[in-house]
Amino acid sequence: MTEPLIYDISVPGRCGVSLPDVDVPETALPADLLRENLDLPEVSELQVIRHFVNLSHLNYSIDQGFYPLGSCTMKYNPKLNEDMARLPGMAQLHPLHDDEGAQGALALMYDLQTWLAEIAGFKAVSLAPAAGAQGEFAGILMIRKYHLDRGDTKRTKILIPNSAHGTNPATVTMAGFTAVELPSDENGDVDLEALKAACDDTVAGMMITVPNTLGLFESHIIDVIDTIHGCGGLMYMDGANMNALMGVVKPGELGFDVMHYNLHKTFSTPHGGGGPGSGPVGVNEKLEPYLPGPIVVKLEEGTDDEAPLYGRRMPEKSIGRLKAFQGNFGMHVRAYTYIRSNGDQGIRDITRHAVLNANYIRVKLQDAYHIPYNRYCGHEFVLEGRFEDVPDVHALDISKRLMDYGIHPPTNYFPLIVHEALMIEPTETEDKQTLDEFIDAMKKIAAEAHDNPDLLKTAPHTTPVSRLDEVRAAKQLVLCCRPVEVGV
Amino acid sequence: MGNWKTPDDLKYTKNDEWLRIEGSVGTIGLTDYAQDQLNDIVYVDLPDEGDTLKKGATFCSIESVKAASDVYAPASGKITEVNQALEDEPELINSDPYGKGWIVKFEIGNTADANDLMDAAAYAEYCNSRE
Repeated sequence: MTEPLIYDISVPGRCGVSLPDVDVPETALPADLLRENLDLPEVSELQVIRHFVNLSHLNYSIDQGFYPLGSCTMKYNPKLNEDMARLPGMAQLHPLHDDEGAQGALALMYDLQTWLAEIAGFKAVSLAPAAGAQGEFAGILMIRKYHLDRGDTKRTKILIPNSAHGTNPATVTMAGFTAVELPSDENGDVDLEALKAACDDTVAGMMITVPNTLGLFESHIIDVIDTIHGCGGLMYMDGANMNALMGVVKPGELGFDVMHYNLHKTFSTPHGGGGPGSGPVGVNEKLEPYLPGPIVVKLEEGTDDEAPLYGRRMPEKSIGRLKAFQGNFGMHVRAYTYIRSNGDQGIRDITRHAVLNANYIRVKLQDAYHIPYNRYCGHEFVLEGRFEDVPDVHALDISKRLMDYGIHPPTNYFPLIVHEALMIEPTETEDKQTLDEFIDAMKKIAAEAHDNPDLLKTAPHTTPVSRLDEVRAAKQLVLCCRPVEVGV
Repeated sequence: MGNWKTPDDLKYTKNDEWLRIEGSVGTIGLTDYAQDQLNDIVYVDLPDEGDTLKKGATFCSIESVKAASDVYAPASGKITEVNQALEDEPELINSDPYGKGWIVKFEIGNTADANDLMDAAAYAEYCNSRE
């Protein structure tokens, strides 16, 4: 490390603060609460500041450079979003404030619900889920309650293609269903024959990621939806990849019954490093009564002189609450700002540029790397990080070498259906020059893999630390920054 | 295309387990292809002696630097011995998948369970078909 641990710069007796003289009578702390061996670093205020500023400089973020981390949609988040979220009326609003005094916030949430529903072609939206995984959970619980309400207790299975997001089988299991994996065909689509064979009256529904983790739009999506509906199941769309669809395709109109949105991906709210995320769910008429709540409703229409009156209510057969208060409201403000500042044409352009950028890189790299399922992709694509004539070079080595070129590596080894997968998602926010620099770096690395494979095997060379021992890190879980002393 | 070992005296599953049958005792492990795909194995969640194996059901999970995967029983029966060495040295599956990297030994319930498993030649072809 280029920065020592804070314990290593500690000097016995040094103190970062000088406390004022006590102007009230002193009271001794109870003796049994006192400790002699408190293991805290002794540093000055300036040392603390330098230490953490230096550490922050070792970080890498989208504000510093290209971040083509597939599946994560690491787009640039406009700073305007942050300005809006920091307006005192937004930032300092207490979650227990009564509705009458929080009309502005409720109006914002109402509009966001309405716009998200419009964008994806759904009847209603709940902003409650705290993140994508909770949105998925909410969606599957709604499907469960829908069937049970009709007295249909036989439906215990949910079908999931092997090109789905890894969270999907986990969600299904959490909600008490059995996940049944479906194979992909040679084009990377759902194997329709396998789907038909799996469909019967024990199927509660299907969970499908569109575009899938190969970045491919299901070419026979209507057949898939009709097949599931035909056996009485409902269709869940994992909307994490909406960055390839919004403004262009409305999943609700395709026939999906429920979908979650990832505001922290598609709608430019922060993610990575804690977000927090936000995963609203959209539904059609069938599932509207089951939405998690509370949702925001218009109690009275406005007039020319009077603003409308907004309130909150639980949908009649709601699956219940998923989170305290109103979900992650700060994220709602940012997503609202994003949609409002882009407008309908802007939203469409975002999708078009995200798809164009991914296809530009794909075509430029298809001679240097093998791309299975090489067809027109959505917002991302997956190539193989391996070369037949240099079997020792792996996707991991290519990723590590990319860091030497100042680029964050793509997602490694996912999806599992591609060998040595490297999943590349440039997002719409990158310009052609940046894409060309990335393409250039990837081509140089492919050449290096043949001419000087050691350069890849020992990469990265220019980062604060070189190749980390991942096996040792996983096997020896030492999480203390200094040896634990006896008695602590 | 591939260069993975597939010993002739073993039976193989589509999920990349191998089964050695010696009388009524079966031994289960992960194939060379599987360990190569998984990369460095860092943890094996071992079952207990006496646990029941059900053909096709998962009885053990393996974590590598790349992924976590389930191990499925190639035949039903009762576990008689667990390779405790994997607790401290899960990498034995990488270095010696058909030897020191074995996972469990078990009393085979029904030897007919092995009838639908692949032989070495069929399994080698199956590995290559996935490349």
